[in-house]
Amino acid sequence: MIKFLIKGLLRDSHRSRFPIIIVSLGVFLTVLVQCWLTGILGDMIDFNARFSTGHVKVMSRAYAENIDQLPNDLALMGIDSVLTELKTQYPGMVWARRIQFGGLIDIPDEQGETRSQGPAFGMAVDLLTDKSEIERLNIEMAIVRGQIPTNKKELLLSDVFAQKLEVVPGQQVTILSSTMYGSMAMHNFTLAGTVEFGVAAMDRGAVIIDISDAQEMLDMPDTAGEILGFFGDGKYDDLRAKALATGFNQVNINNPDEFAPTMRRLREQNDLDSMMQYVESMKGVALTVFILAMSLVLWNAGLLGGLRRYTEIGIRLAMGEHKGRVYRSMIYESVFVGFSGWILGSIIGLAAAYVLQEKGFDLSEQMKNTSMMLPAVYRANVTQSAYFVGLIPGLFSTVLGTLLSGIGIYKRQTASLFKELEA
Amino acid sequence: MHNSTIINITNLVKRFPIGGGQFTALDDINLTFEKGEFTGVIGPSGSGKTTLLNIIGSLDTPSEGDAIVLGQSIAQLSQKQAANLRNHNLGFIFQTYNLLPVYSTFENVEYPLLLLKMPVNERKKAVMEALDWVGLTDKTNSKPAQLSGGECQRVAIARAMVKHPKIVLADEPTANLDAENSHHILQTMENLNQELQTTFIFSTHDDKVIKYLRRQIKLDDGKVASDNLIEEGVVQ
Ligand SMILES: Nc1ncnc2c1ncn2[C@@H]1O[C@H](COP(=O)(O)OP(=O)(O)O)[C@@H](O)[C@H]1O
Ligand SMILES: [Mg+2]
Repeated sequence: MIKFLIKGLLRDSHRSRFPIIIVSLGVFLTVLVQCWLTGILGDMIDFNARFSTGHVKVMSRAYAENIDQLPNDLALMGIDSVLTELKTQYPGMVWARRIQFGGLIDIPDEQGETRSQGPAFGMAVDLLTDKSEIERLNIEMAIVRGQIPTNKKELLLSDVFAQKLEVVPGQQVTILSSTMYGSMAMHNFTLAGTVEFGVAAMDRGAVIIDISDAQEMLDMPDTAGEILGFFGDGKYDDLRAKALATGFNQVNINNPDEFAPTMRRLREQNDLDSMMQYVESMKGVALTVFILAMSLVLWNAGLLGGLRRYTEIGIRLAMGEHKGRVYRSMIYESVFVGFSGWILGSIIGLAAAYVLQEKGFDLSEQMKNTSMMLPAVYRANVTQSAYFVGLIPGLFSTVLGTLLSGIGIYKRQTASLFKELEA
Repeated sequence: MHNSTIINITNLVKRFPIGGGQFTALDDINLTFEKGEFTGVIGPSGSGKTTLLNIIGSLDTPSEGDAIVLGQSIAQLSQKQAANLRNHNLGFIFQTYNLLPVYSTFENVEYPLLLLKMPVNERKKAVMEALDWVGLTDKTNSKPAQLSGGECQRVAIARAMVKHPKIVLADEPTANLDAENSHHILQTMENLNQELQTTFIFSTHDDKVIKYLRRQIKLDDGKVASDNLIEEGVVQ
């Protein structure tokens, strides 16, 4: 008997092939949207972590309070010992010193007169002692012309900025800024290369120099604005970060010194908390709406599948099959359809999401004018939940649709099922 | 005579809710049927023929009164008991054949036996025997869509007969068939009726059917208008 029913199911494309295709399509879209939204959020976090916030960031309290003004006068001193202490205290973490500064880029002509000039956002990272920061900022990929600095007094400019200033690698570049103590700083560099990160905020006017050059130029020996901390596995985990920061800050909780180090986790910086909450709730809303819509479609498919089959059901009942059995066999069928659709849709959806995860989706054209620290290339992210998110619209809705439409079998007199055939 | 009564209908009333009120489709029907009858319920469209057959077939329930079919009260049967009654003892033939389109001739006929959990060898033999009765042993693998209307109805007869039911209910079985096919299937059913002592109850308003009947029950507006036994060999 079971064989008989399976034969019927597989032969009837309206009962097997078509509904499975519809369910797969719904599941495919759900999985893709889920991976996509997760990817976008993840990229935003990752990008902010690398360029600006770290997974956690250590600063002086006063610096942390005024961070929007790049207050290098409030920077953390005795940075080397702080760093050593951090390394021993948190052996699983990776730490990196950063100095951010504002300034003016001046391109001199042969006589030393200003040829062109523009305001710059400065970032000092370790370019020379090891490659970890170069990798973190993906500088190798970002190079448009020239090369990564290999010596002191070499710098990188964003490519658009360099073009505007009409300067090419090998030429002289002067940075005008102010030291930690407020006096004028003016240092000459050689342009080693130009970069493009695909981030509007960086690509408009960034200058990147080595941290040791910045310390000399800004009169900040053994001093840095920020120490960025990263988890060893490279993934941001808010709970871990929170625990870490709370533990770190506990030590100085009763210390009134406003230059005492403090640790802030990623979410506490750059307004990321509200941003992430916003994106997360958007993701929740979008996914809910999407899953509901898909569920509705698939539920309808289940419902129609059931209604369409009143003929067959009427015949089976007339032949003496029990109602409960007919109903159960319909439900088993919908489980089969829902399950197959879920598997198929998930495979295609995950495959597509995986491609998007590897290749990404370039939105730099659309984001030319934003000043937010947002990545321009969006990638999907295949997470564990992606494997199951399709269950709701796929299996659940299909089966629910069948359950509901099948109630008709019970509600109606068997005879009236035939009336419907005759009409 | 009365010890072979297999259907006993007493004071049967069937009403359908329509709009706010009720429509009386069958009005105080009293009838008995004996084993081996070849009987037609005759009447114009809307006179209640299908409703009567549906109640005898336990596909529908009486509003008042009862039909005792093979000793079982249709009014009191549970869904399961009704299904068992149909499964073991009742065969249905419909105007529109109602074959399962995705199954072959063989499988359509096999289906009632699957429900009866008949062992496979016995089942195959029974199906082939039934197909032999209706002359379709050469079309076992055809799907309904590949068969003519007459052939479909013959498959339906085989499906109704394969389990050797006590009663076959045929609701306007020739309405969609031409004269030749109509005669063919009636002759087939007449033979089975003689051979297996199966009781046949038709609903019809087709003259071609009427001349085969040995008893004619005329329905008019839900009431029995006449009930006549036809002498053997007398054609009206
Ligand atoms: N489920 C139903 N609901 C309402 N009216 C019905 C229903 N079934 C049958 N009827 C009515 O009952 C009457 C008898 O129907 P039916 O038994 O099908 O007649 P026949 O088979 O003789 O043409 C018709 O007037 C029909 O409209
Ligand atoms: Mg009728």
